[in-house]
Amino acid sequence: MSGTYLGMPAFPRAAAAATRDSRLRANLRHATHTIRDKRAKAVAELDDWDRLRAAGAAVKDRTLRHLDHYLEQLETAVTDAGGQVHWAADADEANRIVTRLVRETGETEVVKVKSMATQEIGLNEALAEAGIRAYETDLAELIVQLGRDLPSHILVPAIHRNRSEIRDIFRREMASWGRAAPEGLSDSPAELAEAARLHLREKFLTAKVGISGANFMVAESGTLVVVESEGNGRMCLTLPETLISVVGIEKTVPTWQDLEVYLQLLPRSSTAERMNPYTSTWTGTTDGDGPRTFHLVLLDNGRTDTLADTVGRQALRCIRCSACLNVCPVYERAGGHAYGSPYPGPIGAILTPQFRGTEGTLEASLPYASSLCGACYEVCPVAIDIPEVLVHLRERVVEGGPVVRNGVRTVLRPARGHAAERAAMRAAGWAFDHPDALRRGMRLAARTRRLHPRRLPGPGRAWSDTRELPAVPAESFRDWWQRTRGTSGREGSAE
Amino acid sequence: MRVALFVTCINDTLHPRTGQAVVTLLERLGVEVDFPAEQSCCGQPQFNTGYRHATEPLVRRFDRAFRDYDYVVTPSGSCAAMVRDNYPRIGAKAAAEGRGRRLVDAAALAVPKTYELTEFLVDVLKVTDVGAYYPHTVTYHPTCHGLRMLGLGDRPRRLLAEVRGLELRELPGAEECCGFGGTFAVKNPAVSAAMGADKVRQVIGTGAEVVCTVDNSCLLHIGGTLARQGAPVRPVHIAEILASTEGSPR
Repeated sequence: MSGTYLGMPAFPRAAAAATRDSRLRANLRHATHTIRDKRAKAVAELDDWDRLRAAGAAVKDRTLRHLDHYLEQLETAVTDAGGQVHWAADADEANRIVTRLVRETGETEVVKVKSMATQEIGLNEALAEAGIRAYETDLAELIVQLGRDLPSHILVPAIHRNRSEIRDIFRREMASWGRAAPEGLSDSPAELAEAARLHLREKFLTAKVGISGANFMVAESGTLVVVESEGNGRMCLTLPETLISVVGIEKTVPTWQDLEVYLQLLPRSSTAERMNPYTSTWTGTTDGDGPRTFHLVLLDNGRTDTLADTVGRQALRCIRCSACLNVCPVYERAGGHAYGSPYPGPIGAILTPQFRGTEGTLEASLPYASSLCGACYEVCPVAIDIPEVLVHLRERVVEGGPVVRNGVRTVLRPARGHAAERAAMRAAGWAFDHPDALRRGMRLAARTRRLHPRRLPGPGRAWSDTRELPAVPAESFRDWWQRTRGTSGREGSAE
Repeated sequence: MRVALFVTCINDTLHPRTGQAVVTLLERLGVEVDFPAEQSCCGQPQFNTGYRHATEPLVRRFDRAFRDYDYVVTPSGSCAAMVRDNYPRIGAKAAAEGRGRRLVDAAALAVPKTYELTEFLVDVLKVTDVGAYYPHTVTYHPTCHGLRMLGLGDRPRRLLAEVRGLELRELPGAEECCGFGGTFAVKNPAVSAAMGADKVRQVIGTGAEVVCTVDNSCLLHIGGTLARQGAPVRPVHIAEILASTEGSPR
């Protein structure tokens, strides 16, 4: 696992490999179960959670419906407060803008606040190509970066690592990035945190450029908000001379009053805290306080296209809390890397195919990376009906249909590789719509049931490698009813 | 009260005993139940795999089969949830595609009268003691669509609690998916099997003789995994437990 999500295999293959990694499964099981139980307790403390959740969904829906208006309001407010706003239609444009802005400062090193948007666009790699080194300063992102790894969780990017693995990474890698790990570093959490603190402090004090994302942007005042636990984010947001924030356009909320809803929903859903330790807000620039130059790069990268889809657009409500990951039984077994994007778990399975399109093999497999158990929808603080969107995207994969790509309405063809399944579904659909034929088939199956194999060959192995096949009964219910009660109603065939 | 049994395709073809148990149970409770032969599959396998258009004839068929009944009772949480949650979506999408309101109307008729068995017993018949006798240790796995889409809550457990002779064993992690998920079981077999193995470990750990659910589809997966491991736990649909009596034990 290194560097890039490009060219990753379809979900089932990557997930299968993860299920065989017993250490990974133990790490994930322990971590997700711990946090899911804590979240349930934190949420249960509020008797108006359902109303907060409904408000969280409603405010986002209203904002998204008038996003053009709020974005222009935001741009004006940020500009009035001394910031500069840049618009990026896609990842390449965003990376070009940020690279240019860093170059204009003359610096070759930047410190970064944990940010999903910059991972989505591959900013670190783009900066590296331009000779600019980006240092991740979130503890977990640091572990991931030092380990030449990829994040596997939205909130806890190194969830797949345990303490002893982290100690080994620190000992091995810290020296080549800056201050080396202390001699004799153990795997005690306090020692690991101290090693990271010493290593990062150097970066904070020398960096001239900070790069961040944001959890929210308040349109009425042009204020950006970062919610975090460690305080490392605040260091990056306040110490450098230049701050560049790359933020997805859907992060907008109209007013501070709207923000209040999310500052209740987010901490309880993500870290199971009533309130997160650090909430940093900044509005443009302020003389003598914090960065002297502030750039806001507004990122589209598939969001406007997603907004055009009446079912799929609800995914844009997401506040990246990761509650859905922590309750997902598939994520727990597959791990985050199998999702092939910075957005793993159920939310990733609906965001990635919408942001990137469903044409790629990995992207086409993501809507199927779910048993549709609904646990994600149940915990989502902004009520995204993830199972509904998953099924909607499955339809896009196998049936194709109208979509918007780069602002242009187009009609997708059905994905390749589903011909056999499509034929089977058609055959099943026909049989179920012709009960007489189905009944004849079932009678034949019943007569030959002693001859049925216990294990299936070919694709059927996907079932029978781990599970017995059901025995076909001697008589279907339909035949039993007819034999004992006579017929009722007409059986009919297709209309 | 005209009550129709929607047996579901999986029970019709693979688990006729479950359908028979529903008939026995409802008749014992004084409900005259009919089986309209025009019925077929609810369309869930097609719909949940992405073949929405292939589902539409089955929605129309459901409408024709059950139009004349006051209640449609089905021994399947996920098929009931398919009707209740997804038929309106299928109707709305068809209308949006300019193909009229026939499916919208079909869904509007089907949704309010379709009940999963335990809902029908508790909410419509207002019974929790159905006069059953089942002298076994049982653990109950709440299936996802019953639990989270229908919101069955404690209805199945209240029914089981009144069954004479039955000892209910708590299933740890009960609300976690068993890993079946329809075509998920074959599209992501490794993850499905890993989920199934964890579920089965919990089931075996209860020491119960029987694992029961409101869905035979999930039991196909749980039972198939148990059987492959040679575990002695039997998968039994809740209808068969509720139909069992001293005079006619199951």
